[in-house]
Amino acid sequence: MNSAAAHGILSCHSCGLVSRASKNHHDMVCSRCETSLHFRKNNSISRAWAFLIAAYVFIIPANLLPVMETGSLFGSEKDTIISGVIFLWNSGSQALALILFFASVFIPMAKLVSLTYLLISVQRRSTFQPKNRTKLYRILEFVGRWSMIDVYVAAMLTALVQFGSVMSIRVGNGAIAFGAVVVLTIMAAESFDPRLIWDSIEKTKNNENFSKEKHV
Amino acid sequence: MQLDSLVICEECDLIQQKSPLESGDEELCIRCGYSLYKLNPNGLQYSLVFALTAMALFILSNIYPIVTISSQGLNNSTTLLGVVQILHKDDMSLVALLVLITTFLTPLIEISALIYLLLPLKFGMVLPGMKSVYRWMRKTRPWVMVEVFMLGLLITISKLSGLVFVVPEIALISFVLLMFAIIIASINFDERMFWHQVENLNTTQRSI
Repeated sequence: MNSAAAHGILSCHSCGLVSRASKNHHDMVCSRCETSLHFRKNNSISRAWAFLIAAYVFIIPANLLPVMETGSLFGSEKDTIISGVIFLWNSGSQALALILFFASVFIPMAKLVSLTYLLISVQRRSTFQPKNRTKLYRILEFVGRWSMIDVYVAAMLTALVQFGSVMSIRVGNGAIAFGAVVVLTIMAAESFDPRLIWDSIEKTKNNENFSKEKHV
Repeated sequence: MQLDSLVICEECDLIQQKSPLESGDEELCIRCGYSLYKLNPNGLQYSLVFALTAMALFILSNIYPIVTISSQGLNNSTTLLGVVQILHKDDMSLVALLVLITTFLTPLIEISALIYLLLPLKFGMVLPGMKSVYRWMRKTRPWVMVEVFMLGLLITISKLSGLVFVVPEIALISFVLLMFAIIIASINFDERMFWHQVENLNTTQRSI
């Protein structure tokens, strides 16, 4: 048994102070910075699922509805996320088009799929490649914020291109849905507790030791 | 078991002995490879200097317009808060709120909190409410998205440059500098060192 929880010891997630748990494990507060302490994040799995399912719902309108509406003398044009990427590619900035593609198409999708995988694997007490699954979680945490790019682009274009009837850009409803996806996936990743990955490893290890002892 | 000598991995909950580190050394979790701690003797000082710099840049970035575009005699420029205002007027208050929080409020909270914690500490003091300021700073950190906003600006400019004439303004440059200042200030904030200094302060005050 190597985990701190098994020894009744826990560290503050805010300042890192290591302290011994109180007897009933309730209302524990860090003696140094007064953050409330928990062995594992509260209701980690159900909270993460809730945010994740909400994100799955919002990702559909985020990709189908326009994120930007351009009105000009020659009529109006609606841009979805994908068509924005294609426009950028065709106008000669392939590098930026690739960044935008990764940030607003690939990363949100990959994030949803990998979080789903992490949650299911933890619930099934999988012992498969815990180190790589922890690494995957770390990447998810780091990369999620970059999806916001598209929201910022739509917002800036709207603020700048305000030439009345000659040419005006408005943010479309897709941007709201897309922003919701980004915020919800960040919250889902934050609710997930990577220590749960290692808990099932320790549990099976202990069971193995236990059965070995019985056989002897 | 001596609790002081232990460190617990945030990612996999493994208990380990703290190892003696030399400057610049990094302590990694032996099971999952997570970075437990990096010793940085001058970290708090760097953090304070860059937080003060960031505050000055933050003010500049919000007073001056970011870019001006012009096309056929028509001109338009905007500040960051101008963006929020226009979005709000366009019935896009949710998007406006998202921009306001991630590019204005959270960076402001992060910079102010760093200054509030570190500047008095430099003079051997701790200000009231220091613990809750510390907790708030930790909570807002994931939502500071200045660097993402910068990349968004870059893409905006390149999208527009084919259609209109784009002139970068003062706030664009100060925003780029702000991005670096915030990142340097927050990665140099050494938590272990910070609490160590605060605790030393308390014990010396008690002994007097």
